[in-house]
Amino acid sequence: MSNLILGTSIVEDEWNLVKLPVLGEETVRKQAGKVVLFKLTGEKTYSEEQIAATVIPATGKILVPLSLWIARRAELESRLTAGELAIWLDTHEVLADLVSAFDDINQLPLIAVHVERFADGRIFSIGNLLRTRHGYKNTLRAFGDVLRDQLFFLKRCGFDSYLIRADRSAEDALASLKDFSQPYQGAVDDKQPVWRRVSRQPASQP
Amino acid sequence: MYKYDEIDQAIVDERVAQYRDQTRRYLAGELTDEEFRPLRLQNGLYIQRHAPMLRIAVPYGMLSARQLHKLADIAARYDRGYGHFSTRQNLQLNWPKLEDVPDILAELATVQMHAIQTSGNCIRNITTDQFAGIASDEIIDPRAVAEIMRQWSTFHPEFALLPRKFKIAVSGTKQDRAIVQAHDIGLEFYRDDQNKMAIKVWVGGGLGRTPILGSVIREHLEWQHVLTYCEAIIRVYNLHGRRDNAYKARIKILVKALGIDEFRKQVEAEWAYLKDSPNTITEAELQRVAQYFTKMPYDTLPAHDASFDSAIASNPAFAAWVKRSVHAHQQPGYRAVTLSLKPHGRAPGDATSEQMHVVADLAENYSFGELRVSHEQNLILADVKLSDLFSIWEQARAAGLATPNIGLLTDIICCPGGDFCSLANAKSIPIAEAIQQQFDNLDYLHDIGDIELNISGCMNACGHHHIGHIGILGVDKDGSEWYQVTIGGKQGNDASIGTVIGPSFAAEEMPGVVQRLIDVYLQERTEEERFIDTVRRIGVAPFKAHVYAKKEAAHV
Ligand code: HEM
Ligand code: SF4
Repeated sequence: MSNLILGTSIVEDEWNLVKLPVLGEETVRKQAGKVVLFKLTGEKTYSEEQIAATVIPATGKILVPLSLWIARRAELESRLTAGELAIWLDTHEVLADLVSAFDDINQLPLIAVHVERFADGRIFSIGNLLRTRHGYKNTLRAFGDVLRDQLFFLKRCGFDSYLIRADRSAEDALASLKDFSQPYQGAVDDKQPVWRRVSRQPASQP
Repeated sequence: MYKYDEIDQAIVDERVAQYRDQTRRYLAGELTDEEFRPLRLQNGLYIQRHAPMLRIAVPYGMLSARQLHKLADIAARYDRGYGHFSTRQNLQLNWPKLEDVPDILAELATVQMHAIQTSGNCIRNITTDQFAGIASDEIIDPRAVAEIMRQWSTFHPEFALLPRKFKIAVSGTKQDRAIVQAHDIGLEFYRDDQNKMAIKVWVGGGLGRTPILGSVIREHLEWQHVLTYCEAIIRVYNLHGRRDNAYKARIKILVKALGIDEFRKQVEAEWAYLKDSPNTITEAELQRVAQYFTKMPYDTLPAHDASFDSAIASNPAFAAWVKRSVHAHQQPGYRAVTLSLKPHGRAPGDATSEQMHVVADLAENYSFGELRVSHEQNLILADVKLSDLFSIWEQARAAGLATPNIGLLTDIICCPGGDFCSLANAKSIPIAEAIQQQFDNLDYLHDIGDIELNISGCMNACGHHHIGHIGILGVDKDGSEWYQVTIGGKQGNDASIGTVIGPSFAAEEMPGVVQRLIDVYLQERTEEERFIDTVRRIGVAPFKAHVYAKKEAAHV
């Protein structure tokens, strides 16, 4: 069964996820004696060899990494025109690189943001900026370490699609989209903060 | 103080349901330890040495009598009959059961309280001056804006999982008592030349392993823009903070690395887009919230009270307490009172359930049913009549809440340390207790005068040791507990970070070391000079010389 939520329903994934192949050993980085769990924003995490070695499926809808589009744009141009190309990026990638790589990001039917670890809240700012600053209107998907407890926040930051981690139930996760009925602050899904949304009268003394 | 309407109530009720389900999933094995961790932390639940530890939010330190009664009941029912008031004006329970936490939260929700964002990498409880609204040097009462910010930061979707914790302090007085310079964001309210409420914004302060005082990012911010401006700051931080290294993940490191000018440039560029967006506060919303923070319905009283004056004259113990514990007030005939949670020989900041009930009753009977928690870990009755002070003193004294040591050497700020905290290098509470025993003579304490002594059990600096006039830091040397001493730290407008005096000491040496520091001060001080002034005037060297000279002599 599919684990992909779009809006408030569970749907089949039409997109074929393309990843850069892993070449050789992945090294474990340490800082101050601890394994580094998060990559720095702007850190380059792939090699030219990986880009070159990536196999692009010849047909169908493909969801490719931003770095692949930037490096091998010529091969992908026609797929974009055909509406068969979507882009994914990691939370440590620089959003400006995505925006400047397209004449209009609304050419993309889907942008997906990969979050390697639950605790990486950069995904929220990325979603927010895509929707507000860059006017992105099509599907915005979160995937990776996506669990139900992020969903309410992701939705408020402009995401409308969530690929729940494979070992968890998307069905259960749907409930979390409704965790709070009347949040305080304005955000992407509802720009008005509560005091502009409803009339709040002073409470009577208990 | 602020009262919940149905919207506020719905949020805490929905939170209880959400957290109850998260706990259920964890206990059912549907969430791993690692996955549950950020969820419980966002709710103030630490797993510590003996048991989980639950931190309950006391927004900007304000409590009602009803809330304190509830906290007392919760401590009695779910814990061991006491709680710990922290330097961040919150209440910490040391022994709750993980399974009980959803029920505790449900009880808290009945009195408009919660534990939302009291830990974890998110915007934490916003703190302020314990005398907000009544301070004689107040320019602006910042509590209405603090409440608006509490609401805005509660489940802020973009800032739910920041690189590290994020602390905001607000202050609206001439003398800063909220330590705005030691916070991730510090907001200093003032009246601008148009006589409008404006904010000086500090950023990038923090103590911990790398103590840094904040820098001014904006001299003048109109109050309406405070939320969007903070959003700009926190967005830059969220995207560029050092997530690769937990020790470098606070905003202070980013600000330092970029330099305040470059950081300001990035923030202002971001703010250009956010300014005037719907999160801009309206006059109507400020009015709505400010209604909860109007002046109390005071009686019109003369500036003096004869019964009070005669009690002072006839009762030296009462007079000594008044001298330290009673503070000026804007309203004639009224005073603010600090109830000491620092009796000699007890863990600083701890209060038993019985004491909480006593304080709640005092608040009910004498102070309009409200009280505050100070970051010095004491409790404050903010609005009491001069004529009531004597009865308050008698009742507080009977409950062990009237040690006349406010602002004195034994009014120690102290973190839970090695007795409770699993990050500790060393115990801190026994050091505080030993120092309190060493200086158990009240006349002597009064002679030493105003001084702040702060203790942390490790470099995380929960006890604010860097800004203590004397700071004590627990360090680990080959597995045994040692203490490093700094002097010359200070909070306030002229804040400073203390200087280490030299090699560290064993626990049993500490009372003697403090004694020697005090000896130098008593010998060197000029009239009217506080300890910190003497340190600033003569420098660290004479203190160092005396402390270590004796030490070496003793070892020969
Ligand atoms: C036992 C449970 C506690 C644990 C595990 C804990 C942990 C920590 C850690 C890791 C930091 C450093 C964060 C950083 O620099 O990024 C910190 C800072 C701090 N803690 Fe605690 N703490 C505990 C209890 C307390 C208590 C009871 C208080 C109040 C008395 C407190 C007040 C503070 C303050 C004020 C800071 C801020 C210092 C700064 O600005 O960096 N903590 N804590
Ligand atoms: S300073 Fe260290 S020992 Fe003390 S409470 Fe904080 S983390 Fe624990």
